[in-house]
Amino acid sequence: MNEIHFNVDAGYLEGVVRGYRDGLITSPQYLNLTQCETMDDLKLQLATTDYGSLLQNEPSPLSTSTLAARCTDALVAEFQYLQQNAAEPISRFLDYITYGYMIDNVILLITGTLHERDTHDLLEKCHPLGFFDSMPALCVATTVKELYHTVMVDSPLAGYFRECLSAEDLNELNMEIIRNTLYKAYLEDFDAYCRSLGDPTATIMSEILSFEADRRTVNITINSFGTELSKDDRARLYPRLGGMYPEAQTKLARVDDMDQVKAILEQYGEYRSMIVGVNLSMAGGDSGSSALSLEDRFFAKEVQLNKDSFEQQFHYGVFYSWLRLKEQEIRNVVWIAECISQHQKDKIANYTNIY
Amino acid sequence: MGYAGYARAAVGATTTLLALWAGLYLLLTGRGERFNVGGYLLRISPYMWGLYGISLCIGLSVVGASWGIFIAGSSILGGAVRTPRIATKNLISIIFCEVVAIYGVIMAIVFSAKIAAVSGATGFSRSDYYTGFSLFWGGLAVGLSNLVCGLAVGITGSTAAVADAHDQQLFVKILVIEIFGSVIGLFGLIVGLLVTGKAEDFAVAVL
Repeated sequence: MNEIHFNVDAGYLEGVVRGYRDGLITSPQYLNLTQCETMDDLKLQLATTDYGSLLQNEPSPLSTSTLAARCTDALVAEFQYLQQNAAEPISRFLDYITYGYMIDNVILLITGTLHERDTHDLLEKCHPLGFFDSMPALCVATTVKELYHTVMVDSPLAGYFRECLSAEDLNELNMEIIRNTLYKAYLEDFDAYCRSLGDPTATIMSEILSFEADRRTVNITINSFGTELSKDDRARLYPRLGGMYPEAQTKLARVDDMDQVKAILEQYGEYRSMIVGVNLSMAGGDSGSSALSLEDRFFAKEVQLNKDSFEQQFHYGVFYSWLRLKEQEIRNVVWIAECISQHQKDKIANYTNIY
Repeated sequence: MGYAGYARAAVGATTTLLALWAGLYLLLTGRGERFNVGGYLLRISPYMWGLYGISLCIGLSVVGASWGIFIAGSSILGGAVRTPRIATKNLISIIFCEVVAIYGVIMAIVFSAKIAAVSGATGFSRSDYYTGFSLFWGGLAVGLSNLVCGLAVGITGSTAAVADAHDQQLFVKILVIEIFGSVIGLFGLIVGLLVTGKAEDFAVAVL
């Protein structure tokens, strides 16, 4: 019965977001982009896409960072248009999406402050979707408690900080732990919220969020090798949802190297196909050779899930999925631009195709 | 549960107790036959039945049509932001919804033609009662089927709009499904006509 009242609040926005989805770069356009020899060629090719009008006024030697910045601006403008036109409960759903960016911004600012970087530079680097009012004040904090009591208590993230307060001082390792604890609390909260929205939003979003949780579980495991993080602490960072919770997580919490991770992943049908032919030694995300890394496989799977969410109408998942697809597209465009500007044309095909 | 919850529970309990008390009082004092639903329904004037039927017929049809137009319209609006070409083409979904209201209007006119002043000294005849009941249930059938038809067409119309915005070729395919949806309203119309077909006009029965 969801269909008969969904459009009251979200009909217009769903139509708009589906329009945005149709503006994503398609595979023939990607092929054209990869044929480019110079950045000017790339700019010319991008003029036929949705980014055309944004890049028009850029001076001619287009740098990759400008390209990335303009693309992100486009994404943010579109998302903010959605937010401005949203009413409850959809506005709350969109807010939930921005919390993830807020966590990244908070961590970026605190880490930058620890390294005594200039606040204004840091603020410029923050993702615009994750802005909140008291954010510039973050730089004054020295301990987690202080951080919580002076700044975070008014922000939407306050609830997620409860578990981090045990960490006393802010140092490099603690920052990563705080980031992951925050993200874990955020994922669990977002999942609970999506479930409260009922079908079909709950079904579609729980699938996407489960995958996100699984990906984080694997990444936390891989990144904790060779650090001081104890195995109990590692298990505490895993999000309590997803296909790997709880069985695979208990196994992953005990492993020491990549081969054991691989052995565990191979036991689950969903992930066995994903790790076939993957060079796990470079799973940390740096795609050095032309072989696909585990990270790329995860991206491909994420794109697939997000594309599937557009197959159904009358649910909120499309907003989340569109944002993720658009982000992937920006990563693709920037990757192609990097390959062109650094004359690494043999790796140019390593982007993740969307449509 | 807040105070509103307590208040609701209190009102519910009081009503139940009062109803129970009244029922038991009548029953135990030997007047249980006053609980006569059939007699109550028969005491309602046939005019009341007939006019209720007519108002339900037009009312529910218009609700269905407008609801469908709203569902389809908001999606057409959203989809047309990027692909303006869908706006004109998808007006057909709006028209399909509108047709549902027109069914309701037609049937209300047909039904109301049977209403006329009864001038006999004997009051209502058996035929008058039959006309009243048939108008009520015929009108209800038309109204409900049109309400559901409007919703169905609206939801399919909304899907047609977003699908058309994505891929032009999908429009005709979804339109076919939309037509099947809009036939539901026609079924109600036919049944409504059949149900009231044998009912004679109020005035004719008396003159």
